Amino acid sequence: MHQDQLLPHLYRTEYRKIIAVLARLFGFEHIQIAEDIASDTFLMASETWGKNKLPDNPAAWLYTVAKNKAKDHLKHNAIFTKKVALHVKTELSQQHEIEIDLSEENINDSQLQMMFAICQPIIPTEAQIGLALRILCGFGIDEIADAFLSNKETINKRLFRAKEKLREHNVKIEFPDANEINKRLETVLLTLYLLFNEGYYSISGNTNLRKDLCLEAMRLNHLLIENKATDLPAVNALFSLMCFHASRFDARIDKDGEMIIYDEQDTSLWNDELISRGTNYLIRASRGEELTRYHLEAAIAFWHTQKADTIEKWESILQLYNKLLILEYSPMAALNRTYALAKADGKEAAIIEAEKLTQLTDSHLYHSLLGYLYTGVDNEMALQHLHRSLKLAKTIEEKNRIRKNIKALG
Amino acid sequence: MNEFLLIFRRDAGFDAQLTPAQMQEVTKPWQDWMGGLAAQNKLANSGARLAVDGKVVKSDGVITNGPYVEVKEALGGFIIIRAASLEEAAELSKGCPILSTGGNVEVRQIVPMQ
Repeated sequence: MHQDQLLPHLYRTEYRKIIAVLARLFGFEHIQIAEDIASDTFLMASETWGKNKLPDNPAAWLYTVAKNKAKDHLKHNAIFTKKVALHVKTELSQQHEIEIDLSEENINDSQLQMMFAICQPIIPTEAQIGLALRILCGFGIDEIADAFLSNKETINKRLFRAKEKLREHNVKIEFPDANEINKRLETVLLTLYLLFNEGYYSISGNTNLRKDLCLEAMRLNHLLIENKATDLPAVNALFSLMCFHASRFDARIDKDGEMIIYDEQDTSLWNDELISRGTNYLIRASRGEELTRYHLEAAIAFWHTQKADTIEKWESILQLYNKLLILEYSPMAALNRTYALAKADGKEAAIIEAEKLTQLTDSHLYHSLLGYLYTGVDNEMALQHLHRSLKLAKTIEEKNRIRKNIKALG
Repeated sequence: MNEFLLIFRRDAGFDAQLTPAQMQEVTKPWQDWMGGLAAQNKLANSGARLAVDGKVVKSDGVITNGPYVEVKEALGGFIIIRAASLEEAAELSKGCPILSTGGNVEVRQIVPMQ
């Protein structure tokens, strides 16, 4: 790897490890100190490595510097050390000096515990995702701003407020009790699900960044699977869902960064390896009786990896959407169910059901769907709905797509 | 939006005669109908199907075996839906698959607890 790519790469892979280990050692209330030490370490690397020869093992170099900085901090801040010493007492065992353990095992444990610390319903979901990106994934503030189509200042404020709130609630970086784990996991899984979706469905034009968000969500999800206590059916189901979606990464975006809709994708670009991984994890998710929305969504995604356009495929998808909606309503599921109904039972049947979704008449997607359903049945109605959709659509990409459909009709 | 309890009554003998394959066929229209209500965000509670057998406990302490009404009018299940009015709730009930096998739907508004 070229030297000017090395540091950003290491920042992405090592920053989060250093911060998780240090924050766990110091306690969440001192996370700022952990962040400062991690940032200083990388600052020092950029200054030193530019002038001198690269160290033989750059990651180990970073760990050593971070450790020394942490120890210095503890030495020079007697009051802080006293507080932290109380906090880390149990981990100190018989040692006189605080040991900073940057082994892979401790890094993984620290990151898992940090995941539970951040994913708390007391802070807004988008703040949870932001903190996860910053602390667990080592994303820069500018990247997070880009992903949320926001600016650095807003993101900084959002993360600062979230950390304050977690501090106020005396949040601990620790593994939840066995009897609490399911409830706590719900929040963690929802955050990972939304983190993945942020990347998968985001309207940000930065394709690489979006893919990174998805891969990070998958990495964190897999950490939960590797840990025995959190290797639960819902966790496997969510991972399976992500694999199936990710299998279409290369097919769903063209060389100009434009979205290609499912029907028009080159299926030879679908990633077979990810599809078979998804299938394996879906089987692992089927242990026990639990049936979560992630199970249903993974099963829907599984059917979408089947290339043949059969009645069985769409009838299965329809029934899964029925179950999903009965479990939990969402506008997207309502629209997708209607699309599956058209594929399974024909457009006329789907139009009757679509016309009942009066709660969605302000959505451009709803009118795009009706435009599709009326095409070939009543083209005049199709045009009306597409024009309505064009009026409601917000992004240029969406407007272009709708214009293309209008042109195809006229 | 108000909530309404939909009570399904049908001939209790009907379910008992079904083979597993026929049962599957009966399930699909129910899933489609409830999925349709849920897609309109009008399904408040997916309720439950009830077993045919039951008991009735009376005020004098006597327990009798069910069914307790005409076998043809036995309670089969219930769901709770959201609707603006009793009229809308009744209109939404028209799609219920129980109607195609001779059953009926009783629609009752739920009175919120004070």
